[in-house]
Amino acid sequence: MKKLNQLSIIEAKNGLKNKDFSAVELVQACIDRIKEVDTKVKAFVTVCGDKALDEAKKSEGGTKPLSGIPFAIKDNFCTEGIATTASSNILKDYLPPYNATVVARLQNAGAIIIGKTNMDAWAHGSSTETSDFFTTHNPWDISKLPGGSSGGSAASVVADETIASVGSETAGSIRQPSAWCGTVGLKPTYGRVSRYGVIAMGSSVDSPGPITKTIADTAAVLNVIAGSDSFDATASPRPVENYLEGLDKPIKNLVIGYSDKYFQVADKEVAQKVKEALSVFEKLGAKIKEIKLFDPQYAIAVYTILQRSEVSSNLGRYDGIRYGLDRTHFGVEAKRRIMLGTYCLSAGYYDAYYLKAQKVRTIICQDFARAFGEVDLIIGPTSPSTALPLGSSKNHPMFGEVADVLVEPSTIAGLPGLNINCGFSSEGLPVGLQIIGPQFAEKLILNAGYQFEQATPELKIKPKL
Amino acid sequence: MKKLTSDEVKHVAKLAKLELTDAEVEKLGNQLSETISYVDKLNEIDTSKTKPTDQVSGLKNRFRPDVIKPSLKIDGYFKVKLILNKNK
Repeated sequence: MKKLNQLSIIEAKNGLKNKDFSAVELVQACIDRIKEVDTKVKAFVTVCGDKALDEAKKSEGGTKPLSGIPFAIKDNFCTEGIATTASSNILKDYLPPYNATVVARLQNAGAIIIGKTNMDAWAHGSSTETSDFFTTHNPWDISKLPGGSSGGSAASVVADETIASVGSETAGSIRQPSAWCGTVGLKPTYGRVSRYGVIAMGSSVDSPGPITKTIADTAAVLNVIAGSDSFDATASPRPVENYLEGLDKPIKNLVIGYSDKYFQVADKEVAQKVKEALSVFEKLGAKIKEIKLFDPQYAIAVYTILQRSEVSSNLGRYDGIRYGLDRTHFGVEAKRRIMLGTYCLSAGYYDAYYLKAQKVRTIICQDFARAFGEVDLIIGPTSPSTALPLGSSKNHPMFGEVADVLVEPSTIAGLPGLNINCGFSSEGLPVGLQIIGPQFAEKLILNAGYQFEQATPELKIKPKL
Repeated sequence: MKKLTSDEVKHVAKLAKLELTDAEVEKLGNQLSETISYVDKLNEIDTSKTKPTDQVSGLKNRFRPDVIKPSLKIDGYFKVKLILNKNK
Protein backbone atom coordinates (compact mmCIF):
# COMPACT_ATOMS: atom_id res chain seq x y z
CA MET A 1 0.00 0.00 0.00
CA LYS A 2 1.14 3.54 -0.76
CA LYS A 3 2.15 5.86 2.05
CA LEU A 4 -0.03 8.98 2.30
CA ASN A 5 2.69 11.31 0.95
CA GLN A 6 2.99 9.12 -2.14
CA LEU A 7 -0.62 9.67 -3.20
CA SER A 8 -1.75 11.68 -6.19
CA ILE A 9 -4.29 14.49 -5.75
CA ILE A 10 -7.11 12.29 -7.02
CA GLU A 11 -6.13 9.42 -4.69
CA ALA A 12 -5.74 11.75 -1.70
CA LYS A 13 -9.12 13.36 -2.41
CA ASN A 14 -10.81 9.96 -2.44
CA GLY A 15 -9.07 8.91 0.77
CA LEU A 16 -10.14 12.11 2.55
CA LYS A 17 -13.69 11.74 1.26
CA ASN A 18 -13.92 8.11 2.46
CA LYS A 19 -12.34 9.12 5.79
CA ASP A 20 -9.52 6.59 5.30
CA PHE A 21 -7.27 9.28 6.79
CA SER A 22 -7.50 12.92 7.86
CA ALA A 23 -6.06 16.05 6.24
CA VAL A 24 -3.79 16.42 9.29
CA GLU A 25 -2.40 12.92 8.70
CA LEU A 26 -1.88 13.72 5.01
CA VAL A 27 -0.01 16.95 5.75
CA GLN A 28 1.97 15.25 8.55
CA ALA A 29 3.06 12.48 6.15
CA CYS A 30 4.48 15.10 3.77
CA ILE A 31 6.24 16.98 6.59
CA ASP A 32 7.77 13.70 7.83
CA ARG A 33 8.96 12.92 4.32
CA ILE A 34 10.53 16.37 4.00
CA LYS A 35 12.38 15.76 7.29
CA GLU A 36 13.49 12.36 6.04
CA VAL A 37 14.83 13.26 2.58
CA ASP A 38 15.14 17.01 2.12
CA THR A 39 18.66 17.18 3.57
CA LYS A 40 19.59 15.21 0.43
CA VAL A 41 17.17 16.67 -2.12
CA LYS A 42 17.13 20.29 -0.87
CA ALA A 43 13.90 21.10 -2.69
CA PHE A 44 12.53 23.54 -0.12
CA VAL A 45 13.59 27.08 0.76
CA THR A 46 10.82 27.37 3.38
CA VAL A 47 8.75 24.65 5.03
CA CYS A 48 5.49 25.81 6.64
CA GLY A 49 5.04 22.84 8.99
CA ASP A 50 2.96 24.23 11.88
CA LYS A 51 0.96 26.63 9.72
CA ALA A 52 0.13 23.80 7.30
CA LEU A 53 -0.98 21.53 10.17
CA ASP A 54 -3.20 24.31 11.58
CA GLU A 55 -4.81 24.81 8.19
CA ALA A 56 -5.23 21.06 7.77
CA LYS A 57 -7.13 20.92 11.08
CA LYS A 58 -9.47 23.67 9.88
CA SER A 59 -9.97 22.02 6.51
CA GLU A 60 -11.13 18.63 7.84
CA GLY A 61 -14.29 17.50 6.11
CA GLY A 62 -13.97 20.18 3.41
CA THR A 63 -15.59 19.49 0.07
CA LYS A 64 -13.82 22.01 -2.16
CA PRO A 65 -11.92 20.76 -5.25
CA LEU A 66 -8.55 20.68 -3.41
CA SER A 67 -9.64 20.54 0.26
CA GLY A 68 -6.78 19.37 2.46
CA ILE A 69 -4.33 18.75 -0.40
CA PRO A 70 -0.73 19.80 0.38
CA PHE A 71 1.00 21.94 -2.27
CA ALA A 72 4.61 23.00 -2.67
CA ILE A 73 4.76 26.46 -4.24
CA LYS A 74 7.70 27.74 -6.27
CA ASP A 75 9.31 30.57 -4.35
CA ASN A 76 8.56 33.22 -6.97
CA PHE A 77 4.81 33.14 -6.20
CA CYS A 78 3.90 35.78 -3.62
CA THR A 79 2.43 34.20 -0.50
CA GLU A 80 0.94 36.54 2.08
CA GLY A 81 3.02 36.43 5.27
CA ILE A 82 5.28 33.62 3.98
CA ALA A 83 8.77 34.58 2.80
CA THR A 84 8.96 34.84 -1.00
CA THR A 85 12.56 35.03 -2.14
CA ALA A 86 12.73 33.95 -5.79
CA SER A 87 15.83 32.18 -4.34
CA SER A 88 17.60 35.55 -4.48
CA ASN A 89 19.62 37.35 -1.82
CA ILE A 90 17.88 40.61 -2.69
CA LEU A 91 14.49 39.23 -1.60
CA LYS A 92 15.71 36.85 1.10
CA ASP A 93 13.68 38.65 3.81
CA TYR A 94 10.70 39.68 1.68
CA LEU A 95 7.28 39.00 3.22
CA PRO A 96 4.62 39.81 0.62
CA PRO A 97 1.50 41.60 1.85
CA TYR A 98 -0.65 39.76 -0.71
CA ASN A 99 -1.09 36.45 -2.50
CA ALA A 100 -0.42 35.73 -6.16
CA THR A 101 -3.70 34.98 -7.97
CA VAL A 102 -2.60 31.34 -8.42
CA VAL A 103 -1.96 31.01 -4.67
CA ALA A 104 -5.25 32.71 -3.77
CA ARG A 105 -7.14 30.38 -6.12
CA LEU A 106 -5.43 27.28 -4.73
CA GLN A 107 -6.24 28.36 -1.16
CA ASN A 108 -9.84 29.23 -2.05
CA ALA A 109 -10.11 25.72 -3.45
CA GLY A 110 -8.94 24.30 -0.11
CA ALA A 111 -5.27 23.60 -0.87
CA ILE A 112 -2.68 23.80 1.92
CA ILE A 113 0.73 25.37 1.35
CA ILE A 114 3.31 23.04 2.78
CA GLY A 115 6.34 25.04 1.68
CA LYS A 116 8.13 27.15 -0.91
CA THR A 117 10.47 25.48 -3.36
CA ASN A 118 13.97 26.33 -4.53
CA MET A 119 14.61 27.68 -8.02
CA ASP A 120 17.27 29.38 -10.08
CA ALA A 121 17.50 32.87 -8.61
CA TRP A 122 14.83 35.03 -10.30
CA ALA A 123 14.08 31.91 -12.42
CA HIS A 124 17.23 32.63 -14.46
CA GLY A 125 18.36 29.20 -15.44
CA SER A 126 17.65 25.56 -16.15
CA SER A 127 19.58 23.89 -13.35
CA THR A 128 18.40 25.31 -9.97
CA GLU A 129 22.16 25.74 -9.53
CA THR A 130 22.01 29.52 -9.79
CA SER A 131 19.85 29.74 -6.65
CA ASP A 132 21.57 32.28 -4.38
CA PHE A 133 21.02 29.81 -1.49
CA PHE A 134 21.84 26.20 -2.45
CA THR A 135 21.48 23.68 -5.28
CA THR A 136 18.59 21.23 -5.42
CA HIS A 137 19.56 17.64 -6.22
CA ASN A 138 17.79 15.24 -8.56
CA PRO A 139 16.00 12.55 -6.51
CA TRP A 140 16.87 9.90 -9.15
CA ASP A 141 20.59 10.51 -8.64
CA ILE A 142 21.68 13.14 -6.16
CA SER A 143 24.87 13.79 -8.11
CA LYS A 144 22.68 15.15 -10.93
CA LEU A 145 20.83 18.43 -11.44
CA PRO A 146 17.02 18.54 -11.19
CA GLY A 147 16.76 21.01 -14.09
CA GLY A 148 15.14 24.37 -13.64
CA SER A 149 14.14 26.91 -12.98
CA SER A 150 11.28 25.10 -11.15
CA GLY A 151 13.74 22.41 -10.01
CA GLY A 152 12.62 22.43 -6.38
CA SER A 153 8.99 21.95 -7.39
CA ALA A 154 9.71 19.01 -9.71
CA ALA A 155 12.12 17.36 -7.22
CA SER A 156 9.64 17.74 -4.32
CA VAL A 157 6.89 16.04 -6.34
CA VAL A 158 8.92 13.04 -7.50
CA ALA A 159 10.47 12.65 -4.01
CA ASP A 160 6.91 12.49 -2.59
CA GLU A 161 7.59 15.42 -0.26
CA THR A 162 4.26 16.90 -1.39
CA ILE A 163 1.12 15.78 -3.18
CA ALA A 164 1.44 18.41 -5.92
CA SER A 165 3.21 21.63 -6.84
CA VAL A 166 3.00 24.73 -8.98
CA GLY A 167 5.87 26.21 -10.95
CA SER A 168 6.25 28.84 -13.60
CA GLU A 169 7.73 28.68 -17.05
CA THR A 170 9.26 31.36 -19.21
CA ALA A 171 10.96 28.85 -21.51
CA GLY A 172 11.36 25.36 -20.15
CA SER A 173 11.12 26.11 -16.44
CA ILE A 174 8.19 23.71 -15.96
CA ARG A 175 8.76 21.21 -18.76
CA GLN A 176 12.54 20.74 -18.48
CA PRO A 177 12.76 19.99 -14.72
CA SER A 178 9.69 17.79 -15.17
CA ALA A 179 11.57 15.89 -17.88
CA TRP A 180 14.72 15.53 -15.77
CA CYS A 181 12.78 14.52 -12.63
CA GLY A 182 10.12 12.39 -14.36
CA THR A 183 7.04 14.40 -13.35
CA VAL A 184 4.04 15.65 -15.29
CA GLY A 185 4.37 19.38 -15.97
CA LEU A 186 2.18 21.68 -18.02
CA LYS A 187 3.12 25.07 -19.37
CA PRO A 188 -0.29 26.47 -20.24
CA THR A 189 -1.01 28.84 -23.12
CA TYR A 190 0.35 32.30 -22.35
CA GLY A 191 -2.54 34.11 -20.64
CA ARG A 192 -4.46 30.99 -19.57
CA VAL A 193 -3.16 31.41 -16.01
CA SER A 194 -2.75 34.82 -14.37
CA ARG A 195 0.78 36.13 -13.75
CA TYR A 196 -0.36 38.45 -10.95
CA GLY A 197 1.94 38.10 -7.95
CA VAL A 198 4.49 35.95 -9.75
CA ILE A 199 7.84 37.74 -9.58
CA ALA A 200 8.19 38.92 -13.17
CA MET A 201 10.92 37.62 -15.45
CA GLY A 202 9.95 37.71 -19.13
CA SER A 203 6.53 39.34 -19.03
CA SER A 204 5.59 38.51 -22.62
CA VAL A 205 6.20 34.78 -22.00
CA ASP A 206 5.84 33.97 -18.25
CA SER A 207 3.26 31.18 -17.70
CA PRO A 208 2.48 29.62 -14.30
CA GLY A 209 1.40 25.97 -14.33
CA PRO A 210 1.10 22.67 -12.44
CA ILE A 211 3.82 20.08 -11.72
CA THR A 212 2.20 16.85 -10.54
CA LYS A 213 2.44 13.07 -10.31
CA THR A 214 -0.27 12.31 -12.89
CA ILE A 215 -2.04 13.87 -15.86
CA ALA A 216 -5.39 13.90 -14.04
CA ASP A 217 -3.75 15.86 -11.21
CA THR A 218 -2.48 18.46 -13.66
CA ALA A 219 -6.02 18.75 -15.06
CA ALA A 220 -7.42 19.14 -11.52
CA VAL A 221 -4.95 21.94 -10.72
CA LEU A 222 -5.49 23.72 -14.04
CA ASN A 223 -9.25 23.68 -13.37
CA VAL A 224 -8.57 25.77 -10.26
CA ILE A 225 -5.84 28.17 -11.40
CA ALA A 226 -6.88 28.99 -15.00
CA GLY A 227 -9.00 31.93 -15.99
CA SER A 228 -9.43 35.66 -16.35
CA ASP A 229 -8.09 37.96 -13.64
CA SER A 230 -8.82 41.64 -13.14
CA PHE A 231 -5.23 42.04 -11.85
CA ASP A 232 -3.62 40.77 -15.08
CA ALA A 233 -4.84 42.25 -18.35
CA THR A 234 -3.04 39.52 -20.31
CA ALA A 235 -5.02 36.75 -18.57
CA SER A 236 -7.47 35.57 -21.21
CA PRO A 237 -11.21 36.13 -20.75
CA ARG A 238 -11.82 32.93 -22.69
CA PRO A 239 -14.02 30.57 -20.59
CA VAL A 240 -12.17 27.83 -18.68
CA GLU A 241 -12.99 24.27 -19.73
CA ASN A 242 -13.34 21.36 -17.32
CA TYR A 243 -9.98 19.73 -17.99
CA LEU A 244 -10.86 16.59 -16.01
CA GLU A 245 -13.72 15.79 -18.35
CA GLY A 246 -12.95 13.72 -21.43
CA LEU A 247 -9.40 12.72 -20.44
CA ASP A 248 -10.21 9.12 -21.37
CA LYS A 249 -11.63 9.96 -24.79
CA PRO A 250 -10.09 7.65 -27.43
CA ILE A 251 -7.44 9.41 -29.55
CA LYS A 252 -8.28 7.53 -32.74
CA ASN A 253 -7.75 9.70 -35.82
CA LEU A 254 -5.79 12.30 -33.89
CA VAL A 255 -2.99 13.52 -36.15
CA ILE A 256 0.32 13.90 -34.33
CA GLY A 257 3.24 15.60 -36.03
CA TYR A 258 6.94 15.37 -35.33
CA SER A 259 9.91 17.18 -36.79
CA ASP A 260 13.25 15.48 -37.39
CA LYS A 261 14.97 18.77 -36.51
CA TYR A 262 13.86 18.28 -32.88
CA PHE A 263 15.18 14.72 -32.76
CA GLN A 264 18.54 15.60 -34.35
CA VAL A 265 19.31 17.99 -31.48
CA ALA A 266 18.63 15.32 -28.83
CA ASP A 267 20.99 12.67 -27.44
CA LYS A 268 20.65 9.27 -29.13
CA GLU A 269 19.03 7.62 -26.14
CA VAL A 270 16.53 10.45 -25.63
CA ALA A 271 15.60 10.49 -29.32
CA GLN A 272 15.18 6.71 -29.24
CA LYS A 273 12.80 6.72 -26.24
CA VAL A 274 10.64 9.48 -27.71
CA LYS A 275 10.50 7.63 -31.07
CA GLU A 276 9.32 4.53 -29.18
CA ALA A 277 6.67 6.63 -27.49
CA LEU A 278 5.42 7.74 -30.91
CA SER A 279 4.68 4.12 -31.70
CA VAL A 280 2.62 3.90 -28.49
CA PHE A 281 0.50 6.78 -29.76
CA GLU A 282 0.22 4.99 -33.09
CA LYS A 283 -1.05 1.85 -31.33
CA LEU A 284 -3.62 4.03 -29.57
CA GLY A 285 -4.97 4.93 -32.99
CA ALA A 286 -3.26 8.25 -33.66
CA LYS A 287 -1.81 9.02 -37.08
CA ILE A 288 1.86 9.99 -36.95
CA LYS A 289 3.05 12.44 -39.56
CA GLU A 290 6.44 13.95 -40.22
CA ILE A 291 6.27 17.72 -40.55
CA LYS A 292 8.71 20.52 -41.19
CA LEU A 293 9.30 23.01 -38.40
CA PHE A 294 11.46 26.10 -38.31
CA ASP A 295 14.97 25.28 -37.05
CA PRO A 296 14.76 25.50 -33.20
CA GLN A 297 18.30 26.94 -33.10
CA TYR A 298 16.95 30.34 -34.24
CA ALA A 299 14.49 30.30 -31.35
CA ILE A 300 17.44 30.32 -28.94
CA ALA A 301 18.61 33.62 -30.37
CA VAL A 302 15.09 35.14 -30.38
CA TYR A 303 14.42 33.98 -26.86
CA THR A 304 17.78 35.17 -25.54
CA ILE A 305 17.20 38.70 -26.80
CA LEU A 306 13.55 38.98 -25.74
CA GLN A 307 14.06 37.41 -22.35
CA ARG A 308 17.24 39.30 -21.39
CA SER A 309 15.63 42.57 -22.46
CA GLU A 310 12.50 41.92 -20.41
CA VAL A 311 14.65 40.80 -17.47
CA SER A 312 16.65 44.02 -17.51
CA SER A 313 13.39 45.96 -17.43
CA ASN A 314 11.70 43.82 -14.75
CA LEU A 315 14.71 43.80 -12.44
CA GLY A 316 14.99 47.58 -12.74
CA ARG A 317 12.59 47.84 -9.80
CA TYR A 318 15.08 46.37 -7.33
CA ASP A 319 16.67 49.58 -6.18
CA GLY A 320 16.76 48.75 -2.45
CA ILE A 321 14.40 51.62 -1.66
CA ARG A 322 10.92 50.12 -1.55
CA TYR A 323 11.70 46.54 -0.59
CA GLY A 324 14.56 44.07 -0.81
CA LEU A 325 18.28 44.80 -0.80
CA ASP A 326 20.06 47.06 -3.28
CA ARG A 327 21.57 46.13 -6.66
CA THR A 328 24.98 45.17 -5.27
CA HIS A 329 23.32 41.93 -4.07
CA PHE A 330 22.51 40.57 -7.54
CA GLY A 331 24.23 37.25 -8.32
CA VAL A 332 26.43 36.68 -11.36
CA GLU A 333 23.67 35.23 -13.55
CA ALA A 334 21.27 38.15 -12.87
CA LYS A 335 24.04 40.66 -13.64
CA ARG A 336 24.89 38.84 -16.86
CA ARG A 337 21.26 38.90 -17.99
CA ILE A 338 20.64 42.50 -16.99
CA MET A 339 23.77 43.55 -18.88
CA LEU A 340 22.79 41.82 -22.12
CA GLY A 341 19.20 43.05 -21.90
CA THR A 342 20.28 46.61 -21.22
CA TYR A 343 22.70 46.44 -24.16
CA CYS A 344 19.98 45.12 -26.51
CA LEU A 345 17.56 47.87 -25.49
CA SER A 346 20.11 50.69 -25.45
CA ALA A 347 20.11 53.56 -27.93
CA GLY A 348 21.29 52.47 -31.36
CA TYR A 349 20.87 48.74 -30.73
CA TYR A 350 17.10 48.37 -30.20
CA ASP A 351 16.35 47.85 -33.92
CA ALA A 352 19.24 45.45 -34.44
CA TYR A 353 18.34 43.21 -31.52
CA TYR A 354 14.93 43.57 -29.80
CA LEU A 355 12.98 44.58 -32.91
CA LYS A 356 14.76 41.99 -35.06
CA ALA A 357 13.92 39.28 -32.48
CA GLN A 358 10.28 40.38 -32.43
CA LYS A 359 10.15 40.02 -36.21
CA VAL A 360 11.60 36.52 -36.14
CA ARG A 361 9.08 35.81 -33.37
CA THR A 362 6.36 36.54 -35.95
CA ILE A 363 7.94 34.02 -38.33
CA ILE A 364 8.02 31.35 -35.59
CA CYS A 365 4.34 32.00 -34.73
CA GLN A 366 3.40 31.73 -38.42
CA ASP A 367 5.40 28.52 -38.74
CA PHE A 368 3.44 26.86 -35.91
CA ALA A 369 0.14 28.14 -37.31
CA ARG A 370 1.01 26.48 -40.62
CA ALA A 371 2.02 23.24 -38.85
CA PHE A 372 -1.25 23.13 -36.90
CA GLY A 373 -3.08 23.33 -40.21
CA GLU A 374 -1.61 19.89 -40.95
CA VAL A 375 -1.61 18.21 -37.52
CA ASP A 376 -3.55 18.38 -34.24
CA LEU A 377 -0.58 18.08 -31.88
CA ILE A 378 3.21 17.99 -32.12
CA ILE A 379 5.40 15.61 -30.13
CA GLY A 380 9.13 15.79 -29.54
CA PRO A 381 11.76 15.39 -26.85
CA THR A 382 11.40 17.95 -24.04
CA SER A 383 15.12 18.29 -23.36
CA PRO A 384 18.05 17.24 -25.56
CA SER A 385 19.51 15.25 -22.64
CA THR A 386 18.64 13.54 -19.39
CA ALA A 387 19.67 15.19 -16.10
CA LEU A 388 23.24 16.53 -16.28
CA PRO A 389 25.79 16.36 -13.42
CA LEU A 390 25.93 19.04 -10.73
CA GLY A 391 28.16 21.91 -11.84
CA SER A 392 27.21 21.69 -15.53
CA SER A 393 25.76 25.19 -15.66
CA LYS A 394 28.79 26.98 -14.22
CA ASN A 395 30.57 29.39 -16.54
CA HIS A 396 28.31 28.66 -19.48
CA PRO A 397 26.53 31.96 -20.24
CA MET A 398 23.92 30.21 -22.38
CA PHE A 399 23.59 26.89 -20.52
CA GLY A 400 19.85 27.36 -20.09
CA GLU A 401 19.27 28.23 -23.70
CA VAL A 402 21.01 25.12 -24.93
CA ALA A 403 19.17 22.93 -22.39
CA ASP A 404 15.88 24.53 -23.44
CA VAL A 405 16.34 24.61 -27.21
CA LEU A 406 13.37 22.29 -27.77
CA VAL A 407 10.88 24.24 -25.65
CA GLU A 408 11.84 27.75 -26.71
CA PRO A 409 10.03 27.82 -30.09
CA SER A 410 6.65 26.92 -28.56
CA THR A 411 7.25 29.34 -25.69
CA ILE A 412 7.92 32.19 -28.08
CA ALA A 413 4.61 31.46 -29.81
CA GLY A 414 2.77 31.28 -26.44
CA LEU A 415 1.68 27.68 -27.05
CA PRO A 416 0.80 25.15 -24.35
CA GLY A 417 3.18 22.25 -23.80
CA LEU A 418 3.05 19.20 -21.55
CA ASN A 419 5.93 17.06 -20.32
CA ILE A 420 5.34 13.41 -19.53
CA ASN A 421 7.86 10.72 -18.68
CA CYS A 422 8.35 8.30 -21.59
CA GLY A 423 11.09 6.02 -20.26
CA PHE A 424 14.44 5.79 -18.55
CA SER A 425 18.00 6.04 -19.83
CA SER A 426 20.59 3.30 -19.32
CA GLU A 427 21.71 5.32 -16.26
CA GLY A 428 18.16 5.07 -14.87
CA LEU A 429 17.33 8.74 -15.44
CA PRO A 430 13.88 9.83 -16.69
CA VAL A 431 13.38 10.83 -20.33
CA GLY A 432 10.63 13.36 -21.06
CA LEU A 433 8.51 13.86 -24.13
CA GLN A 434 6.52 16.98 -24.79
CA ILE A 435 3.14 17.40 -26.41
CA ILE A 436 2.63 20.83 -27.95
CA GLY A 437 -0.73 22.11 -29.18
CA PRO A 438 -2.27 25.26 -30.62
CA GLN A 439 -3.15 28.05 -28.18
CA PHE A 440 -5.80 26.96 -25.65
CA ALA A 441 -5.59 23.29 -26.71
CA GLU A 442 -4.83 22.20 -23.11
CA LYS A 443 -7.78 19.82 -23.12
CA LEU A 444 -6.61 17.93 -26.19
CA ILE A 445 -3.01 17.84 -24.95
CA LEU A 446 -4.11 16.41 -21.59
CA ASN A 447 -6.34 13.88 -23.35
CA ALA A 448 -3.39 12.61 -25.42
CA GLY A 449 -1.11 12.65 -22.36
CA TYR A 450 -3.65 10.70 -20.31
CA GLN A 451 -4.00 8.03 -22.97
CA PHE A 452 -0.22 7.63 -23.13
CA GLU A 453 -0.01 7.47 -19.32
CA GLN A 454 -2.68 4.76 -19.15
CA ALA A 455 -0.89 2.76 -21.86
CA THR A 456 2.46 2.87 -20.02
CA PRO A 457 1.79 2.00 -16.34
CA GLU A 458 5.28 0.51 -16.05
CA LEU A 459 6.74 4.05 -16.17
CA LYS A 460 5.08 5.10 -12.89
CA ILE A 461 8.01 4.19 -10.68
CA LYS A 462 9.67 6.31 -8.02
CA PRO A 463 13.31 7.00 -7.17
CA LYS A 464 14.84 5.29 -4.14
CA LEU A 465 16.14 7.88 -1.73
CA MET B 1 33.27 38.08 -33.55
CA LYS B 2 32.28 41.50 -32.31
CA LYS B 3 34.21 42.35 -29.15
CA LEU B 4 32.80 44.88 -26.70
CA THR B 5 35.37 47.32 -25.34
CA SER B 6 35.65 47.78 -21.58
CA ASP B 7 34.28 51.32 -22.01
CA GLU B 8 31.19 49.91 -23.72
CA VAL B 9 30.72 47.38 -20.93
CA LYS B 10 31.09 50.12 -18.29
CA HIS B 11 28.56 52.29 -20.16
CA VAL B 12 25.98 49.47 -20.19
CA ALA B 13 26.64 48.81 -16.48
CA LYS B 14 26.01 52.49 -15.80
CA LEU B 15 22.69 52.35 -17.69
CA ALA B 16 21.72 49.25 -15.67
CA LYS B 17 22.86 50.84 -12.39
CA LEU B 18 25.22 47.96 -11.67
CA GLU B 19 28.59 48.45 -10.02
CA LEU B 20 31.08 46.05 -11.58
CA THR B 21 34.61 45.25 -10.49
CA ASP B 22 37.36 45.34 -13.12
CA ALA B 23 37.37 41.54 -13.11
CA GLU B 24 33.61 41.51 -13.75
CA VAL B 25 33.95 44.05 -16.58
CA GLU B 26 36.48 41.74 -18.21
CA LYS B 27 34.49 38.53 -17.69
CA LEU B 28 31.02 39.88 -18.47
CA GLY B 29 32.47 41.72 -21.47
CA ASN B 30 33.75 38.47 -22.93
CA GLN B 31 30.51 36.62 -22.24
CA LEU B 32 28.40 39.47 -23.65
CA SER B 33 30.49 39.46 -26.82
CA GLU B 34 30.08 35.69 -27.11
CA THR B 35 26.30 35.85 -26.69
CA ILE B 36 25.91 38.78 -29.08
CA SER B 37 27.86 36.92 -31.75
CA TYR B 38 25.51 33.99 -31.25
CA VAL B 39 22.32 36.00 -31.61
CA ASP B 40 23.71 37.65 -34.73
CA LYS B 41 22.67 34.48 -36.56
CA LEU B 42 19.19 36.03 -36.75
CA ASN B 43 20.58 38.17 -39.56
CA GLU B 44 20.49 35.03 -41.70
CA ILE B 45 16.68 35.42 -41.74
CA ASP B 46 15.08 37.96 -44.05
CA THR B 47 12.57 40.01 -42.04
CA SER B 48 12.32 42.97 -44.39
CA LYS B 49 8.61 42.30 -44.95
CA THR B 50 7.76 40.97 -41.47
CA LYS B 51 5.94 42.86 -38.74
CA PRO B 52 7.16 42.50 -35.15
CA THR B 53 5.16 40.49 -32.56
CA ASP B 54 5.29 42.12 -29.15
CA GLN B 55 2.70 39.90 -27.51
CA VAL B 56 0.87 36.72 -28.41
CA SER B 57 -2.34 37.00 -26.39
CA GLY B 58 -4.26 38.62 -29.25
CA LEU B 59 -5.99 40.83 -26.68
CA LYS B 60 -6.16 44.59 -26.80
CA ASN B 61 -7.66 47.44 -24.80
CA ARG B 62 -8.93 45.39 -21.89
CA PHE B 63 -11.00 47.63 -19.68
CA ARG B 64 -12.88 47.07 -16.46
CA PRO B 65 -15.39 49.25 -14.61
CA ASP B 66 -13.63 51.98 -12.62
CA VAL B 67 -15.01 51.15 -9.18
CA ILE B 68 -13.33 51.46 -5.81
CA LYS B 69 -12.51 48.11 -4.19
CA PRO B 70 -10.83 47.31 -0.87
CA SER B 71 -7.07 47.88 -1.03
CA LEU B 72 -4.25 45.99 0.64
CA LYS B 73 -3.91 46.34 4.39
CA ILE B 74 -1.70 49.28 5.29
CA ASP B 75 -0.29 47.99 8.58
CA GLY B 76 3.28 49.02 9.21
CA TYR B 77 3.26 52.24 7.16
CA PHE B 78 4.19 55.65 8.59
CA LYS B 79 1.61 58.38 8.86
CA VAL B 80 2.96 61.85 8.13
CA LYS B 81 1.35 65.28 8.11
CA LEU B 82 -0.26 66.48 4.88
CA ILE B 83 2.31 68.38 2.82
CA LEU B 84 0.22 69.07 -0.29
CA ASN B 85 -3.14 70.77 -0.09
CA LYS B 86 -5.40 70.76 -3.10
CA ASN B 87 -7.10 74.02 -2.01
CA LYS B 88 -3.94 76.09 -2.05
